[in-house]
Amino acid sequence: MESARRVDYLNVDYGVRSWLLTTDHKRIALLYLVSITIMFMIGGLSAVAIRLELLTPAGDLLQADNYNKLFTMHGVVMVFFFLIPSIPAVLGNFLLPLMIGARDVAFPRLNLLSWYVFVTGGLVTLFGMITGGADTGWTFYTPYSTAAATTKVIPVALGVFINGFSSILTGLNFIVTIHTLRAPGLRWFRLPLFVWTHYATSIIFILGTPVIAITLALVGLERGFHIGIFDPALGGDPVLFQHLFWFYSHPAVYIMILPSMGVISELVTCFARKKLYGYTVVAGASFAIAFLGFLVWGHHMFTSSQTILSGLIFSFLSMAVAIPSAVKVFNWTATLYRGSIAWSAPMLYALGFIGLFTIGGLTGIMLASTGLDVHVHDTYFIVAHFHYIMVGGAIMGYLGGLHYWWPKITGRMYPEPLARIAGLIVFLGFNLTFFPQFVLGYLGMPRRYHAYPEEFQVLNVFSTAGASVLGVGYLLPLLYFTWSLRYGERAPANPWGATGLEWQTSSPPPTENFAVTPVVTQDAYDYHEAAAPVSEVLVRG
Amino acid sequence: MAEAVHGAHAHHFDDAVQQREAATLGMWIFLVTEVMFFGGLFTAYVTYRALYPDAFAHASHHLDVVLGTFNTAVLITSSLTMALAVYAAQVGRRGRLVACLCLTALLGATFLVVKVFEYAEKFEHHLVPGPAFSWPETAEAPNVQLFYSLYFAMTGLHALHMVIGLGILTWLILGARRGRFGPAYATPVEVSGLYWHFVDIVWIFLFPLLYLIGRH
Repeated sequence: MESARRVDYLNVDYGVRSWLLTTDHKRIALLYLVSITIMFMIGGLSAVAIRLELLTPAGDLLQADNYNKLFTMHGVVMVFFFLIPSIPAVLGNFLLPLMIGARDVAFPRLNLLSWYVFVTGGLVTLFGMITGGADTGWTFYTPYSTAAATTKVIPVALGVFINGFSSILTGLNFIVTIHTLRAPGLRWFRLPLFVWTHYATSIIFILGTPVIAITLALVGLERGFHIGIFDPALGGDPVLFQHLFWFYSHPAVYIMILPSMGVISELVTCFARKKLYGYTVVAGASFAIAFLGFLVWGHHMFTSSQTILSGLIFSFLSMAVAIPSAVKVFNWTATLYRGSIAWSAPMLYALGFIGLFTIGGLTGIMLASTGLDVHVHDTYFIVAHFHYIMVGGAIMGYLGGLHYWWPKITGRMYPEPLARIAGLIVFLGFNLTFFPQFVLGYLGMPRRYHAYPEEFQVLNVFSTAGASVLGVGYLLPLLYFTWSLRYGERAPANPWGATGLEWQTSSPPPTENFAVTPVVTQDAYDYHEAAAPVSEVLVRG
Repeated sequence: MAEAVHGAHAHHFDDAVQQREAATLGMWIFLVTEVMFFGGLFTAYVTYRALYPDAFAHASHHLDVVLGTFNTAVLITSSLTMALAVYAAQVGRRGRLVACLCLTALLGATFLVVKVFEYAEKFEHHLVPGPAFSWPETAEAPNVQLFYSLYFAMTGLHALHMVIGLGILTWLILGARRGRFGPAYATPVEVSGLYWHFVDIVWIFLFPLLYLIGRH
């Protein structure tokens, strides 16, 4: 076979050095893919332990302090080392230059550096977790984290601090790449939505991440050297910590969801064979979300001595975020309307995203109202709400995108029927895990306790059962993706019949991405009714 | 930011112009992240200054305004020599470029030496936060300590940026002596200049906030 001998970015070199010293954005994306998958498994295993403990009302499997360390590990690893880098560092790194017809990102060596920074941060945090763990929760609230906690707060927080610089480098690289390296003819309003959402995400990376970095540095200084910034005993104010922390950590939620929204725009258009309804508005909505996202941090502090007036202002602004978010949901739905819909695995994830994100978003509006928030503050209602956004939203988008671009990344097709079943299992398992938690929280079950009153047991059993189903749903893709690397059918350049420059080069692409720099003459998502429906293009299923 | 080899452009850029645009934009965005990085500290400072105005005013009287003013003048002068260095690189005058860069580094080092003397003086007077901290009026002592916590955190972070700046200058001087920079390739000098000016501007804000407010 001639195609087997074609040189691509994977077979151009096999040595360990060729991977660890690579400056190819595609290889760096794969380095990230492996690292964050390991992180996902660590975070996932701690979730398993949490759910097992909560199977029974009594604290029998774990002691309270071990439970505290486990949910801290789950939160820190999942938020900082999986969700935040997931789509940008893997799919974004791989696709951004391909989508704009560039040979690489603007600063390839900084790109590699960002991966080393990520790994260093991850190892430092894991070192802290293995040698004792931290029990502060992923929020590191002061003065507990700086004065009271006797656990390994410093290494865990230091790892997060270091990791922040990898986000900053990625964001910087993406913005400069999008500005300077677009192919001829690729005007701003011809860019795929994936690129727009990554631009908006990068803005949050560069504006938000430095603030969490300096905040955690101050926590370290206060804990290590008794330099009092936040500890009232040393003259500081713990609420200031909450302001600085949430100034980053609320926008961080949009770091997770915006790239996912970009993926969904690609999937919905491709598998409905339609132009995106309201392209400009959807692109603008990404920036509206990024902008408003910086003005809503106070809704995490309705119970933290905030004045009523600032509470109301934050409440209003938080509700305002619903507008651009709803614009996106409505426009995806309008795109589906009268589309030629193919029920392939990536599309199942996209449809799942739209439904789950809507539930997560609507409960977000509930939580933005100050009165109701005081009632459900620090209960499982909150836990359910943000898991609908982060798992139901961000991870569904990530998995959908991984399936969609897997042929491009690896040159192999995944097994379609199995992937559809896995997608359904994920959807069912997710809802069974987290929907009962809405009810539990509304009834008053607080988060972060290893034991609970007996009346809550039935719903907790549902939730743990759902987590087991969800676990199977996550293991399946891991297995069949690995299987497909060797046994999967060879992928053509464009298996979905999709528009977009990344499909114009071979699968997997050569190191320089394009043999000839493409010239763009059309808008994004230029799908025609006349084009073959995707189900005919699909060989399998 | 200099991804390139002298005289050419890296393989993923179309030409040197595109590469220069990317490097310059990259540095500006990096400086935005720096503004946010210092911004967290400035927010903390402004918050506590508003909460404890008297203690902060008393505490700031113990800073040496003469040395602070001297250092401000030193830094502003170093920005001038840096700007001259950028111009010298752009017009291709190698000797002048090396001289301006050396002068800039010398002024930066002067700033740091003066800073060391200031820090030493604070150690002697027990004004460094921690167990050894002491302040005659016990009622406002925690808030004065807070002022010095912020003083050391902010000027320390600024000094760290100065040290990194001196490292960059050393690298530029070595390159300039070998004639790496000229009208065709001045980008490293230009973007390093941006960084140096930024570090100076941070001090322009730190100086009045820490040394001057409430002093009459």
